[in-house]
Amino acid sequence: MTGADAIVRCLEKEGVEYVFGYPGVAIAPFYDSILDTDIKTVLVREEQNAAHAASGYARTSGKVGVAAVTSGPGATNLITGIATAFADSIPMVCITGQVNSHLMGSDVFQEADISGACESFVKYSYIIRNVQEIPEVLKEAFYIASTGRQGPVLIDIPIDVQKEEISRFRYPEEVKLRTYKPTVQGNKVQMDKLLKELKKAKRPILCIGGGVHLSHAEQEVREFVNRNQLPTVATMMGIGVMPTDDPYYFGMVGNNGRKYGNRVMNEADLILMVGARVADRSISQPSLITEGKVLVHIDVDPAEIGKNAGPTIPLVGDIRSIFTVLNKEAPAGDYTEWMEHLNEVRSEYLESIHHRLEQENPDYVSSFKFVRTLCRSLPDTAVYVADVGQNQLWSCAGYFMKKGKFFTSGGMGTMGYAIPAAVGAKLADPAREVVAVLGDGAFQMSMMELGTMRQYHVPVKICVFKNNVLGLVRQYQHLTYHDRFSVTDLSGSPELDKLAEAYGMKYRKLRSDQGMQEAIDAFLEKEESFLLEVDTDPDEVV
Amino acid sequence: MKRIYSVLVENRSGVLCKVAGLFWRRCFNIDSLAVGETEDHSVSSMTIVSSGDERTLEQIEKQLNKKLDVIKVRTFEESECISRELTLVKVKYNRNNRKDIMENCQIMGAKIVDLSKTQMMIEICDTPERVEIFLKTLRTISIVEIARTGTLALMKCKE
Repeated sequence: MTGADAIVRCLEKEGVEYVFGYPGVAIAPFYDSILDTDIKTVLVREEQNAAHAASGYARTSGKVGVAAVTSGPGATNLITGIATAFADSIPMVCITGQVNSHLMGSDVFQEADISGACESFVKYSYIIRNVQEIPEVLKEAFYIASTGRQGPVLIDIPIDVQKEEISRFRYPEEVKLRTYKPTVQGNKVQMDKLLKELKKAKRPILCIGGGVHLSHAEQEVREFVNRNQLPTVATMMGIGVMPTDDPYYFGMVGNNGRKYGNRVMNEADLILMVGARVADRSISQPSLITEGKVLVHIDVDPAEIGKNAGPTIPLVGDIRSIFTVLNKEAPAGDYTEWMEHLNEVRSEYLESIHHRLEQENPDYVSSFKFVRTLCRSLPDTAVYVADVGQNQLWSCAGYFMKKGKFFTSGGMGTMGYAIPAAVGAKLADPAREVVAVLGDGAFQMSMMELGTMRQYHVPVKICVFKNNVLGLVRQYQHLTYHDRFSVTDLSGSPELDKLAEAYGMKYRKLRSDQGMQEAIDAFLEKEESFLLEVDTDPDEVV
Repeated sequence: MKRIYSVLVENRSGVLCKVAGLFWRRCFNIDSLAVGETEDHSVSSMTIVSSGDERTLEQIEKQLNKKLDVIKVRTFEESECISRELTLVKVKYNRNNRKDIMENCQIMGAKIVDLSKTQMMIEICDTPERVEIFLKTLRTISIVEIARTGTLALMKCKE
């Protein structure tokens, strides 16, 4: 058995179903060994997208995503994908081929110090120099990627180590790491304090972050909210935990969130931050959530607590485990008055939405209305992948879902995430409808993946908001630089009907709000890949 | 505010780089850093002195703990530990100041470890403050070059 055989055997032991990647000489032994297994391989069209596809796969399946690429440029192309996964704590194992171990450090062809380059974007990285270490390293890598605060782990394997014979293969049953023991159970004393404060509070609010998805605690958090009748908001990464029309849910906070979501946060006297980083886009000023308020911060990563805002009650642990315990306690307080006030705020907002949805734009498609209509037409369990830019913000604002999933590159804001992530999501759960929504800028960063979709018959639905500009940057230039538009003109884009035809995809164009429902129905009608071009107004401000 | 971090790490290649990189990336100060093996060959000990506000110093500890090569982080203020710094300093001397230098060495417990007709090398091993006091007296003469280990520290012995 060679090192490459051993790696593949480890992947089988971990139940890996798909490897997304791009081969090259330095990873050739691995891709040779994988032929003898049932593990399916997906050849993406650019390495970055292997990581995004693995991310979409991981977020849908709850398993660790796997990407494997060659050394040098293959590995460096992967970096943006790794950094994207790291920023959103997505469990992933990335395998990179490396030049012959005896040549490492001598700048030979396609050599790159990938573990050095990725140091600040990975949870951990390995360079395997001894073939005997493979089973142990792979076991550790999957364990590290999927426990505690999840994230990408990089394994760099020189080609000679892949070819070397391994004397004895034994896959470890368990991992023993003296340096790594993530806290799972919450501290009892801190939890009692939390309940005590919750009882005292008059205007509490629960703010859901992406950590709730990552610890698969959606059910537990919903139960907690309903038992305690607790008003709730979410960060961008926390969208989808609460059904949009839940009476206790008040939408997304942050500088791109709903105005009333932020107002709710400001007026609260107790904030329960759950699995959220308190980063600048969701909480612009940390002092707003600490001054004169009780801040409870629950996170699996102790370093996140107190990083941006000093909490009154820090609580470290796995969210699912903590809320399972909290749900055993009787509801703490009565917030009827607070809810009544919040509902008044909400009804003002709902009225404005209603007004917006009633209007029909004859010149362009209204982005908000389109997203809302699309969501209303999607099956309950659909996966909605938003890219980055105006399309993302419209998606957050208009998203409406009961049991579906909402993915986006929240932390890193990587353009071109949606299509490859949607491919990964669809492969993870073919029964779910998967729709990618993106602008024409992000589309041209990732449109090579239409080839991947075609090759592997992945029927993903793609909506391209086409306005021939880089909308969000242009909007920024409009607001901040008084219409001095610089490098945001995107004319010269391809004709999407021809492109769709070239890739054997169904295509349709929606020019205005007229006929929106009918176009969406046609878009979703069959299990087939479909490109829907949506003409949006370049001057529309989100 | 200054704080001393005594960090036990896995004795693997690249660990120093990872720890130093953490300080760099997160804009933490390193006043000094000393590394060496411990009694256990698989473990290295790093003594890092850093300065910053309370929140930064707390973040340093948390971020260090998060590194998967870090076994244990202990922090202490200078009063809780015995700290030493070894310094070698080369000075230019002449007939007029030779005696002064030797007297200063005697007062501060420093040793002259090398000597030529015009230069001498002095070794001092003491607390960082006392090393600094000693160097201050030498700066009035003429320092040629200095090599410092940075602070090493261990918690005081238990009763």
